[in-house]
Amino acid sequence: MTLYGAVFYVLALVIGVSTLLAVTRRQPIHAVLYLIVAFLGTAALFYLLGAPLLAAFMVIVYAGAIMVVVLFAIMLLQRSPRELGLLPEWGPATLLGVVFLAVVAAMVFEDPGSGSVLRAAVARPGNLGHFLFDRYWLAIEIVSVLFLVVLVTLIQLGKREREGTEKSEKRKVEHEEGKFGGEKP
Amino acid sequence: MIVPLGHVYLLAGVVFSMGLVCLVARRNLIMTLVAVEVMMNGAGIAFVAAALRWQLVGGQAFVLFILAVAAAEVSVGLALVVNLYRQTGSLDPDRYDILKE
Repeated sequence: MTLYGAVFYVLALVIGVSTLLAVTRRQPIHAVLYLIVAFLGTAALFYLLGAPLLAAFMVIVYAGAIMVVVLFAIMLLQRSPRELGLLPEWGPATLLGVVFLAVVAAMVFEDPGSGSVLRAAVARPGNLGHFLFDRYWLAIEIVSVLFLVVLVTLIQLGKREREGTEKSEKRKVEHEEGKFGGEKP
Repeated sequence: MIVPLGHVYLLAGVVFSMGLVCLVARRNLIMTLVAVEVMMNGAGIAFVAAALRWQLVGGQAFVLFILAVAAAEVSVGLALVVNLYRQTGSLDPDRYDILKE
């Protein structure tokens, strides 16, 4: 086994174990912390598989931005949602996952092409950028429009959220008034 | 010489199926969104391995788009979840029955 192969199996072990831990934690904040480890391992795996630009994006976007957004959302909720456990459907769900994994393994071992050994190569970031803007410029524009739509949606949601809390406060006050009115006589 | 292509696909399948089980079985809405991220991560690993196997950068370009869509999805999803929590005081999808009132 070459050095690259050994590095791949170590990274695969790190990714698998940290994802398994993340998926099984009760407390969402612990899951997010384990998931950051998994995403950093994935970034290293991308670097090993010859995608340095994607490795950098993985660290910046996934382990940086997305996980921080999830952490902020957890902190915004006042009560720790620890009591939420599993649905009663967890048995069929696990069976579904195992069947899916068995089918994947059968297909991989049946396909003669999957035995071909990967040769180490690196796609330079400049080449990837040229390829993207040469071949997929329309998709890039569509992604930027998607982000504009997301921005507008978030502004609208924030506005409605404030109105919603005012309304719910009003409803709460009315509810309390009603309760006091009921208790007085 | 790194490893056979099938081993990378197996890793991608393992990560994807763990995300799938978490997505279906968990009650907490935040964990559901996190599970979607895990599944996209597994898909990205398969794409990068295929790009290396056939020496084409198209697979890496697709991972870039997956990243963009994941960022958009998680920001809108979490905003909706926080909004729902403010209105109903719960993260359990079974409790969202305010239309009944």
